[in-house]
Amino acid sequence: MLQILNIGKFILFRTIKFIILLFAVIVCSFLLVSYSPVDPIQSYLGAEMMVVREEQREEIAEYFGVNESKTEQFFHWLTMFLHGDLGTSLLYRQEVIVVIQERFLASFALMAISWIVSGIFGYVLGVIAGMNEGTMIDKAIKSFCFILASTPAFWIGILLLIVFSLWLGWFPIGLSMPIGMLAEEVTVWDRLKHIILPALTLSIIGISNITLHTRQKVMDILESEFIRFARAKGEEGFRLFARHIFRNTLFPAISVHFASFGELFGGVILAEQVFSYPGLGQAIVQAGLNSDVPLLLGIVAFSALFVFIGNLLADLLYYFIDLRIKNGETI
Amino acid sequence: MKNQFLSIDFDNTNYKRRVLWKIIGLVCLFLLVALSGFWIGEEQLEANMGEKNLSPSLQHPFGTDWLGRDMFFRTLSGLHLSWKVGLFAAVISTAIALTLSLLSSVNHFFDSLVTMLIDLFLSIPHLVALILIAFVLGGGVKGIVIGIAFTHWPSLTRVLRAEILQIKSAEYVHVSRKLGKSRMWIIRHHYLPQLMPQLFVGFILLFPHAILHESAITFLGFGLSPEQPAIGIILSEAMKYLTMGMWWLVVFPGLSLIGMVVIFDALGNNLRKLLNPN
Repeated sequence: MLQILNIGKFILFRTIKFIILLFAVIVCSFLLVSYSPVDPIQSYLGAEMMVVREEQREEIAEYFGVNESKTEQFFHWLTMFLHGDLGTSLLYRQEVIVVIQERFLASFALMAISWIVSGIFGYVLGVIAGMNEGTMIDKAIKSFCFILASTPAFWIGILLLIVFSLWLGWFPIGLSMPIGMLAEEVTVWDRLKHIILPALTLSIIGISNITLHTRQKVMDILESEFIRFARAKGEEGFRLFARHIFRNTLFPAISVHFASFGELFGGVILAEQVFSYPGLGQAIVQAGLNSDVPLLLGIVAFSALFVFIGNLLADLLYYFIDLRIKNGETI
Repeated sequence: MKNQFLSIDFDNTNYKRRVLWKIIGLVCLFLLVALSGFWIGEEQLEANMGEKNLSPSLQHPFGTDWLGRDMFFRTLSGLHLSWKVGLFAAVISTAIALTLSLLSSVNHFFDSLVTMLIDLFLSIPHLVALILIAFVLGGGVKGIVIGIAFTHWPSLTRVLRAEILQIKSAEYVHVSRKLGKSRMWIIRHHYLPQLMPQLFVGFILLFPHAILHESAITFLGFGLSPEQPAIGIILSEAMKYLTMGMWWLVVFPGLSLIGMVVIFDALGNNLRKLLNPN
């Protein structure tokens, strides 16, 4: 009972801290954007700038609140933000919140698949390397991870595109759906075909971190007293892993994997750009390049929420592990 | 017992010597790449319509592109640019990290302020922060260079802050304080000498991150103009010519970038081994 209360307190404390942080993030972003040299009216009108009359421009300026003072603008925007109204995207002519919702669903599928795949492969590789420390396998896995950590995500994406789409012709070159088909006609297989390569790119990128962490953890545990005892009893190889190492390394690994949500988000931006996959990552790039300020701010705030959830889950897992240690349970 | 010590000691110097040779080799390799950028003139980067779309050969080791530009020289000058951006970022971010970590040692208030600032910067994905800054500064080279330079300090600040906390509680620092030495004196004589190794290793290890981020943000289309040979731009341009089967436009520039990042990584890690064997 007391523990549940404690966890509740922990989550509450974290959430309050996050709300303060989110507030700081949006205030900073707003300040930055409001001092940007980009002219909002010009970016809104684009090429139509020439055709629009002076009075019309004034009206638009009035509508956007360009003539208000910075503080007025800010409080205006903040009250809207607090009411859940993030404004309207200039690029998609839709409410920002709707754009984010739609786009995030597409990105979420991508991120979920690759998060799980890279987690499983990373963990397995880490265990193999850690249990065979110093051998050729370990060295190979370690070098592979170090090189992977130095490789730009988008480059891997382009290579996969060359090999699987161009040379082998197994997958289409881009977009999450075939062109010229109605949404209802698109089969699950079609969607799958378009998601595999970007998901594979993200999975490959995500492996390095989790593998290196698991490897270290396994090596640490192999040095401990109870492993020596287990080895004295004749436990080796897979038996040793299943009985002792698995339960001691799984949760820390998952925890670290949750904490990497920030990198995952960055990877999604690049992967979506390579495969022209219409998700949140593509939206933020378009928003940045085309001066769609409401959408840009909306996605910045959303990405902070996303990273926060990852970190919260990571900390909660650690909290549980700590709890079990304190209670004297073997983990 | 003594023998054992001796052998460990001998192993250790041998190990250190090996690490030192590795470092020297890496520095040479790196200088080769970085300095070669200086003698690449306009003529090597010029378009040459007579030699369009050539696959790699002895004359053009990395092939040529759709305008007949030699990809080897374009890649080299892209690496040179990455190196410059990386250097600027490393200098600025290391300076910020040092300043903030020293500031956090002043009192509890400043410490929580610095911690808050670190949390703030780490609360959004790094690439998102870079896009935001690039947009705010109105695109252009300035946007990406400043963005990269001013966002790479948080992790190093954490390391330095932890280090200072440790030194701060040391006996001799207490003695100096009791003797009435000023804060600046303590920073100069106690903190800085101890921080030097971490600072130096942190400085070198900033390069790989900065270079990778620079390539990512230019690939997304922020900042540099299309003629400028940055690796990110070379790769995003190459994507348009993929269907023509010009794989060399992608493979070699990418491999070269990875090579450069790996060199910096190895350099930083070896320096860490040499300066702080634990």
